[in-house]
Amino acid sequence: MLLIHCPYCKEKRPEIEFAYAGEAHIVRPDAIAQSEMTDEEWSKFMFIRNNFRGEHAERWWHNAGCNMFFNAIRNTKTDKFVMTYKMGENRPTKTQIEAAKK
Amino acid sequence: MKNFRSQTGSVINEKEVIKFSFDSKIYFGYRGDTLSSALLANGVHLIGRSFKYHRPRGILSSGSEEPNAIVTFDRGEGKITPNVRATTLEIFEGLQVFSQNSYPNLKFDIGAFNNIFSMFFPAGFYNKTFMWPKSFWDKVYEPFIRNLAGLGPAPVNEDPDNYASSYGHCETLIIGSGPAGIAAALTASQKEGRVILVDEQPEIGGSLLSSSNKKIDNMSADQWLSGARSNLEKSNNVKIMTRTTAIGYWHDNFVALSERLTDHMSEVPEGKVREQLHRIRAKRVILAQGAIERPLVFNGNDKPGVMLSNAAQTYLNKYGVRVGDNISIFTSHDSAYETAFELCDAKVGVSVIIDLRKEIDADLLAKAQSRGIVVHLNSSISKTYGKLRINSFEVFEPALNKKFKVKCDALIMSGGWTPSLHLWSHSKGTIKWNKDLSAYIPDKAHENVCCIGSCNGNFGIAKALNEGNSVFENSKKYIVKEQSFGTGVVSSNIPSYVSKEKQKAFVDFQNDVTEKDISLAVQEGFKSIEHVKRYTTNGMATDQGKTSNLNALEIASREVGSSIEKVGLTTFRPPYTPTTFGTFVGYRDKELFDPVRKTPIDAWAESNSAIYEPVGLWRRARFFPKDDENMDQAVARECKSTRDSLGIFDASTLGKIEVVGPDATKFMNLMYCTSWTSLKVGNCRYGLMLGEDGYIYDDGVVARIAEDRYHVTTTTGGAPRVFRHMEDYLQTEFNDLNVWLTSTTEQWAVIALNGPHARDILEPLVEGIDLSADFFPHMSVRLGSICGIPTRLFRVSFTGELGFEINVPSHYGLALWEILMAEGSKYKITPYGTEAMHVLRAEKGFIIVGQDTDGTVTPHDAGMAWAVAKKKKDFVGMRSLKRKDLVSGMRKQLVGLLTEDPLTVLAEGSQVVLDPKQPKPMKMIGHVTSSYWSESLGKSIAMAVIEDGFNRMGEDVYIPMPTGTIQAKVCKSVFYDPEGKRIHV
Ligand SMILES: [Zn+2]
Repeated sequence: MLLIHCPYCKEKRPEIEFAYAGEAHIVRPDAIAQSEMTDEEWSKFMFIRNNFRGEHAERWWHNAGCNMFFNAIRNTKTDKFVMTYKMGENRPTKTQIEAAKK
Repeated sequence: MKNFRSQTGSVINEKEVIKFSFDSKIYFGYRGDTLSSALLANGVHLIGRSFKYHRPRGILSSGSEEPNAIVTFDRGEGKITPNVRATTLEIFEGLQVFSQNSYPNLKFDIGAFNNIFSMFFPAGFYNKTFMWPKSFWDKVYEPFIRNLAGLGPAPVNEDPDNYASSYGHCETLIIGSGPAGIAAALTASQKEGRVILVDEQPEIGGSLLSSSNKKIDNMSADQWLSGARSNLEKSNNVKIMTRTTAIGYWHDNFVALSERLTDHMSEVPEGKVREQLHRIRAKRVILAQGAIERPLVFNGNDKPGVMLSNAAQTYLNKYGVRVGDNISIFTSHDSAYETAFELCDAKVGVSVIIDLRKEIDADLLAKAQSRGIVVHLNSSISKTYGKLRINSFEVFEPALNKKFKVKCDALIMSGGWTPSLHLWSHSKGTIKWNKDLSAYIPDKAHENVCCIGSCNGNFGIAKALNEGNSVFENSKKYIVKEQSFGTGVVSSNIPSYVSKEKQKAFVDFQNDVTEKDISLAVQEGFKSIEHVKRYTTNGMATDQGKTSNLNALEIASREVGSSIEKVGLTTFRPPYTPTTFGTFVGYRDKELFDPVRKTPIDAWAESNSAIYEPVGLWRRARFFPKDDENMDQAVARECKSTRDSLGIFDASTLGKIEVVGPDATKFMNLMYCTSWTSLKVGNCRYGLMLGEDGYIYDDGVVARIAEDRYHVTTTTGGAPRVFRHMEDYLQTEFNDLNVWLTSTTEQWAVIALNGPHARDILEPLVEGIDLSADFFPHMSVRLGSICGIPTRLFRVSFTGELGFEINVPSHYGLALWEILMAEGSKYKITPYGTEAMHVLRAEKGFIIVGQDTDGTVTPHDAGMAWAVAKKKKDFVGMRSLKRKDLVSGMRKQLVGLLTEDPLTVLAEGSQVVLDPKQPKPMKMIGHVTSSYWSESLGKSIAMAVIEDGFNRMGEDVYIPMPTGTIQAKVCKSVFYDPEGKRIHV
């Protein structure tokens, strides 16, 4: 069972306290952008996801803890969490990810 | 009876004689014996019958890898455990065990006819044989498979034992307490940090317990072990756990241990925990699990009396038992010679060694000859003889094409060694093939873990001790006097003059898989080892192929004509050894297995003969039968009383969320397609929540308690996901809004009063609220008190009658309910359950999200386009509602159905067609979502989603059923009081 570091609780907690919440950094278009989007573009935002093999940015929810959503870089091949960071922070760069591995 | 005990074993206490029974026959053994050592001491080799062919089987090994010697362990009173390995079961006074797969008895077994007809059971025989005719399935094939499936009998009674579980933490977890594990523990005990040393056996020591002839640092191995044991026991940072199996290894060094606490006791203290699951989180894990000897795959290798060389050595040194008086050896590895010499030195008769190799170490040969053992090199065994136990075998010398017979009462074999990689592989460590060892050994670790000793390919006590030491950078070197572990070859193709077709050379003893089966699987096109495994079932029995996987792999790669590395190894999966369900269940048994969520008023329902139904995690009263009413009669009465006078309903399970903050209205406007801006404080509104995909996600009445405060209700089952949905948007998309969400589902008890007298009963009880229609109209909320209890009183109705929902702090719920029941007697107050609630709402056409909608229904499809705000700039689901597919005409729409025969009640879920005479498969245009008998209307009513339903008002549709086709007419879905007069009184 994984240990996941919650960036809000600032500690590692067991996996059972968390729930996966899909791919990260998919921003919901605002009302104006929505109205300008074709059906095609909208369905891409709605349904098309990366399904990435390797270091994947994804959302997690500390539902049995502080109730906060946060982002994580997790290797989908090895299931290792490389890092977690607060909602709203930028997607980490390759350099930042490499640094977090050390 | 002859006694096969030759000396004192290292774990045997001869002062304590123990009486036990096997197949109801009485035997004696000593304290320290396992069932297998005690039976061997009594000269018993025949333990059971095999699974598929019912062949007589004996004891192959001396440990938890045992595939053959499995028995049923019976302690009475439902305490039956099937498939227990005789090699790990400790005997105790009064132990009763039974053989398996034998009828009428072990020596004469009717099922053995399978052996004669074995040509009908080749690899994949399930898939091939049980195909057709279809009619054979129920009567012939299924009973046959059921009869074959499984090994021992499953217990029929409830397990009366107690099980426990706990969490544990340590810096170092050492799994396996052989020389490597003990050396590591000794060094770790000198350092900071908690150490847990785990072993599946009753005492620590591993192979040291059968190494009495070896010397460590000038002490006998026994002496050294007892010194090490007492040092570890004295260390206050070391915890030793015996009779404990590490069953699985998961991420971040999370290891599950199963500790067996009572199965070895003759008297189990009342209430004592039988097994305990320990979930250990370790900073570092050290695996010292040892290695498992590999059988040789030759014709007749499964006869009782044929066993692994290491097992014979263990029975001799550890238990003082010789496995025969005239033993022969068949080997391709040096380590069997050590067994031969030790047996010889203990005055056990060893006559010949048959060695597959052309040449061996000269020193070994000399040692054998000096003991009078005849060694046949470059030789093989082509046949074994003996019905219930081996009595002789035929040697085949391929170079000379010579064959001759040798008498024996036991044949011990060694095909080399397989390091135990099970837990290493659970932890996702990679493995690599080592040519010199002909074995897979650990490669790259995925966790903070290492393998030491023979599970790392470092065989022999010296290497194990010193590697155990060095993991903590301890420079001490142990000096060990032992015979060199030696080398061997792996032979996947044992020479024989008997054609492969005619051989019975077993690979997987427990599942009766032969070399021929594996060859056949490859010939039939199964090239991947995972496919070969599933097709032949090799390695899929309770022993998980501990003795068979490598042999199967060797044979499969030989047949595929590829290298072992290319063919690959099957996946290791937890648990390492069979584990009782009780261990996994732990405390979560009986009422804790799946805890029932009860409302504050549940106790009243229970004492008033409620019949319950599960709704989400809740149990809810479905109806309250009076006298001998059935459900239909009770529901009809409950509905009628509610419409005629007064019904009372426990609505406490409704999901409730308090939405508070300066931006609460903005937030609500974004989360619901409903508009909230115009909702005045003190008013309620029906809220429809959509997913971003535009489909109905949830619904419920929302009350505006203050400018900045909403009391939101959700469906009973939807409460958690609605809360999550709101939190998600609030935290990640609308995070500029100043809003707080609190789940208040369990803070409020909710009592719904419905019916013409709903106001009359409340009038004398409520303080601070004017209940009159003018001041407190339908869809409004007031704060006040009832019977002195603070309340949020809603005037809402899910029945179409005058209705109130009284919210009080949950601990007042039961008291208030009881007062209302007493006060209500003058209005013939009738408690109703969820079934009547469903009928009453369906009569009004009110939907239930999840019943009348299925996640593909838009507000327009449900006939609720009115609930979608037209002027809002944005809300969740807004853009999707404009998608072409969601606005096109041929969508399924929610309508009412009235059956031609008003007495016929449609089945929910049944399919609707336009033309019942069309050829099959018919075009289905929708299905029935809700259907009830309406007592108030005197006819059946139904709701259905039907293609283009709104344009089909008055059309006839048909519902084909097995008993005949039912005709119905499409209508509006509001059946009762369509003008809504009753609700507004
Ligand atoms: Zn947290």
